[in-house]
Amino acid sequence: MLEQDRIPILKIEDFLVASIQVALHDQLAMQFQTDLLNKITMTKAKGLIIDITAIDVVDSFITRILVEIASMANLMGSDTVLVGMQPEVAITLAEFGMELTGIDTALNLEQGLVLLRNSAERNVGDGCQKGTHQRRI
Amino acid sequence: MDAKKVLIKEEYDIVIARSLVKSMAKELGFGIVAQTKIATAVSELARNITTHAKEGAIEIREVHGEDGGKEGLEIIASDHGPGIANIAQAMKDGYTSGGGLGLGLGGTKRLMDEFEIKSVVDSGTMVRVRKWM
Repeated sequence: MLEQDRIPILKIEDFLVASIQVALHDQLAMQFQTDLLNKITMTKAKGLIIDITAIDVVDSFITRILVEIASMANLMGSDTVLVGMQPEVAITLAEFGMELTGIDTALNLEQGLVLLRNSAERNVGDGCQKGTHQRRI
Repeated sequence: MDAKKVLIKEEYDIVIARSLVKSMAKELGFGIVAQTKIATAVSELARNITTHAKEGAIEIREVHGEDGGKEGLEIIASDHGPGIANIAQAMKDGYTSGGGLGLGLGGTKRLMDEFEIKSVVDSGTMVRVRKWM
């Protein structure tokens, strides 16, 4: 796979941010999963934000990839927040019946960061591991 | 509007099919929510082809109601794959034979106004869906 075909992963504070700008296909999705997990290990990131502002169609394939990423990240102690879902995508997902099990959602990047910061603080306060809560849409 | 046909042979063809159907739905005058529902349905149908039948086709055409008044879009997904032995089971949420979420056919039906499926084991599958404006 060409380097420019990979999805860039940025670090902001203690968190990783990845914005999906292209249509995910099998190979790219698997590369994305591997890259994210490696980066979590490398950076000791406490949370993960996946931005889907540019995604106009979220089908069951993409849903499965996102749920898998959140599940893997959770095993590595990292919460996942999905941000930037378009209203028409949310309507379609709900009507279709797809569930984003184990993924928190926020309106945009800014609110996603707030959610992760609050979650990180709460976990420090409780002295417990992160990523133990689940939310369904 | 001319009817269009997209051959589905590899994963990238799924993206081509759903982009094409979305632009055709937009051109016909469907709103953004309906465009997204139609494109998502086509994405599911096209992925079923690459997952189960290896190759097939997606045909998209404009349709009119019997009274000639209403306009809509019809999509036919067809393949010469293994077919579906138990259609009722395949339509149920939670049933999967291809490693997906098991929502594909049931969810696709919910997103569209009309849904028809014909399948013959070892011969192939045809799914026809319609969305009215």
